[in-house]
Amino acid sequence: MGKVALRAGVGCAVVACGIAAVAVGRRARSRRGWGRAVALLKELEEGCATPVLRLRQVVDAMAVEMHVELASDGGSKLKMLLTFVDSLPIGMSLIARSFSLLRSDQLHVCVVGSGPAGFYTAEKMLKGHEAAKIDIIDRLPTPFGLVRSGVAPDHPETKIVVNQFSRVAGNEKCSFFGNVMLGGHGVSLLELRQLYDVVVLAYGAESDRSLGIPGEDLGGVYSAREFVWWYNGHPDCKAMPLDLKNTDTAVVLGQGNVALDVARILLRPTSELAKTDIADHALASLQESTIRKVYLVGRRGPVQAACTAKELREILGIKGLHVHIQESDLVKSPTDEVELENSRIRKRVYELFNKAATSQQSNPIMGQRELHFIFFRRPDRFVPSESSLHISGVRLEKTSLEENGDSGRQVAVGTGQFDDLNCGMVLKSIGYKSVPVDGLPFNIHQGIVPNIRGRVVNGAQLEHTEVEHGLYVVGWLKRGPTGIIATNLYCAEETVESVLEDVKRGLAASGSQKPGRQGLLQILENKGINYVPFSGWQKIDSVEKLRGQLKGKPREKITDWEELLRVAHA
Amino acid sequence: MLLSRLSRLGARITGEATRGKFTDTRRGYYEGTFNNYLHFLRNRTLSTTSSDKAQEEGSEQTEKISVTFVDKDGEEKLIKVPVGMSMLEAAHENDIELEGACEGSLACSTCHVIVMDVGYYNKLEDPTDEENDMLDLAFGLTQTSRLGCQVIAKPELDGMRLALPAATRNFAVDGFVPKPH
Ligand SMILES: Cc1cc2nc3c(=O)[nH]c(=O)nc-3n(C[C@H](O)[C@H](O)[C@H](O)COP(=O)(O)OP(=O)(O)OC[C@H]3O[C@@H](n4cnc5c(N)ncnc54)[C@H](O)[C@@H]3O)c2cc1C
Ligand code: FES
Repeated sequence: MGKVALRAGVGCAVVACGIAAVAVGRRARSRRGWGRAVALLKELEEGCATPVLRLRQVVDAMAVEMHVELASDGGSKLKMLLTFVDSLPIGMSLIARSFSLLRSDQLHVCVVGSGPAGFYTAEKMLKGHEAAKIDIIDRLPTPFGLVRSGVAPDHPETKIVVNQFSRVAGNEKCSFFGNVMLGGHGVSLLELRQLYDVVVLAYGAESDRSLGIPGEDLGGVYSAREFVWWYNGHPDCKAMPLDLKNTDTAVVLGQGNVALDVARILLRPTSELAKTDIADHALASLQESTIRKVYLVGRRGPVQAACTAKELREILGIKGLHVHIQESDLVKSPTDEVELENSRIRKRVYELFNKAATSQQSNPIMGQRELHFIFFRRPDRFVPSESSLHISGVRLEKTSLEENGDSGRQVAVGTGQFDDLNCGMVLKSIGYKSVPVDGLPFNIHQGIVPNIRGRVVNGAQLEHTEVEHGLYVVGWLKRGPTGIIATNLYCAEETVESVLEDVKRGLAASGSQKPGRQGLLQILENKGINYVPFSGWQKIDSVEKLRGQLKGKPREKITDWEELLRVAHA
Repeated sequence: MLLSRLSRLGARITGEATRGKFTDTRRGYYEGTFNNYLHFLRNRTLSTTSSDKAQEEGSEQTEKISVTFVDKDGEEKLIKVPVGMSMLEAAHENDIELEGACEGSLACSTCHVIVMDVGYYNKLEDPTDEENDMLDLAFGLTQTSRLGCQVIAKPELDGMRLALPAATRNFAVDGFVPKPH
């Protein structure tokens, strides 16, 4: 009832206000000269001195605008009013919002994280909203997320996408703020939401799933994420105490692309790696490495292996590598056949395994590096060495596949048969995991931020979900740690579509006029945070390229926090 | 349907007329365009003969073919593409929103296009293993998908229609499961 009454009231006022607005506009245009300007200002001042009446008019004018937009969007009057009333937690916020939108139609957007998801989001926002002003913050002084610190050094073509991202950063409506962390000693989520109309979280997944088996803390057990950060020169893993000289065998748990990446780096001739942008400390270590054998362990079979044909083809093609695949593991069950039939990529991966198995030599030649694919095994525990501080091996349980009811997926179940695999190093490549920040809804179980098409939602049960206005999520933080760079493009399109819909309906801006970038700069100054602008990154970039040139590498990454900041601010 | 077929045929004919000296050597080939199957067969044989080489060498810069891009919303744009140019470059020169994250180095799959007519699809060289590896990861893959950076304009492709996959529309709905990484 109340809503209907409000609607009638707004409708009447709208007409009057519309006429007034047109009249003011005409007068302003016809006036010329200083005196006129002063008079106009005076009039404005007087106008502002009668707030209640004026504000009501403003609200009404807003209603007209929104009507028009909704109509052009195919919406109905009633729908518009419902959203209007819906977003009125305290009566005044409606007035305040209308006022701010009239004074400035700028949309202040903050993107947290400068990986593919963050940059694709910024790009789509710039295309989708003329008045969007975008600030991208990242905790590192360097942009591009996993394109810099994840993608393997011997995949330079994959990194070409940074050219596109740099063009986005070069847009005058877009700014980069490196060395600014969300949470910790940086800015809080609450602060960002107060500063910006729209906050899009794109901070990826910077932690690891754990196996939860005995011995996981032993020396020599690392996550693949740390190892990747180490060889890619991420400043957090520069000082990782990796010893590649105490063993000839490394075990990689997992058979996805990251597992294949780390195995390839361990096995590839260092003369080839030396021409990539691999971090200097990593190259030096690998040059002295005594590791000759790498085992890639998967819980399921070659039909289910999680890698892509591209990565598999590459590792199988390493010069002088002895590849070993147990031929009996290649036997397919009828269910396997169905799985292959339904997936082009699985089929192509399986064919590669098959081909490799049939063309392998029976025994490695002396000194040859070896890659062993171990299927149908799951880690049961890490076996300590005599000192009991370091691992000496992994105990594996043989598995068999069982169909998992509805999903049709085959899952691995233990058979109670165990065998030990001796090794001096284990890299766990069983999945990345996102980290929550204060004030952010988070699904611990799935390791993602609960969302509907990128809109962050609160509340565990579906029927109680509430949309967090103005807060969005994209990339690995939204979907979980899967997919290639391009996946983030489609993911960003979806999130930006949600943002733009909400902005159109007046839902994204939550009330008073937001200060955007000015406010951020103020907070950074107050907190003594010395941010790195994009031009600072460009300095790092050119120093790295220069140092690389001297060594015949595309770049020599700076891996030290202090030095990164020094170069950026030079 | 009929209309588009007609216009494609029209494009083919105009294309042929502007092709000058190649028309002679290829005349027999164009005569049979009504029969798609024949068309395909003949093309297959031709594309592996030396005439391909001759064609490359003899190409003049002005020689162009017509290609229509159909975007996500179904809107069409007809462009002229110089022989020898990739569809990715051509799209970018004509402000068509075809992504190209790796700038044509076969490392991203964002330049995915769908050849709308099997006849034209069959006129393309088979994709290499490396292209297939990237196509594995392309969003909304179809039987006639190719990577735009690997499709190079040649006279036989005159009149080809390429669709950009309608990505976002199905992103959440289809329960797309990206490949784990
Ligand atoms: C080892 C590895 C290799 C890969 N190789 C390939 C490949 O060859 N080809 C391919 O297509 N894809 C590859 N991928 C996948 C690809 O890298 C991801 O799909 C993509 O990077 C995910 O993008 P994102 O933006 O969600 O996260 P990220 O790229 O991780 O970006 C997150 C950003 O947020 C920043 N950040 C984190 N926490 C905070 C905070 N609290 N405050 C502020 N900023 C923060 C980080 O510094 C980072 O810059 C690989 C992934 C991995 C792990
Ligand atoms: S542009 Fe990257 S594969 Fe074509």
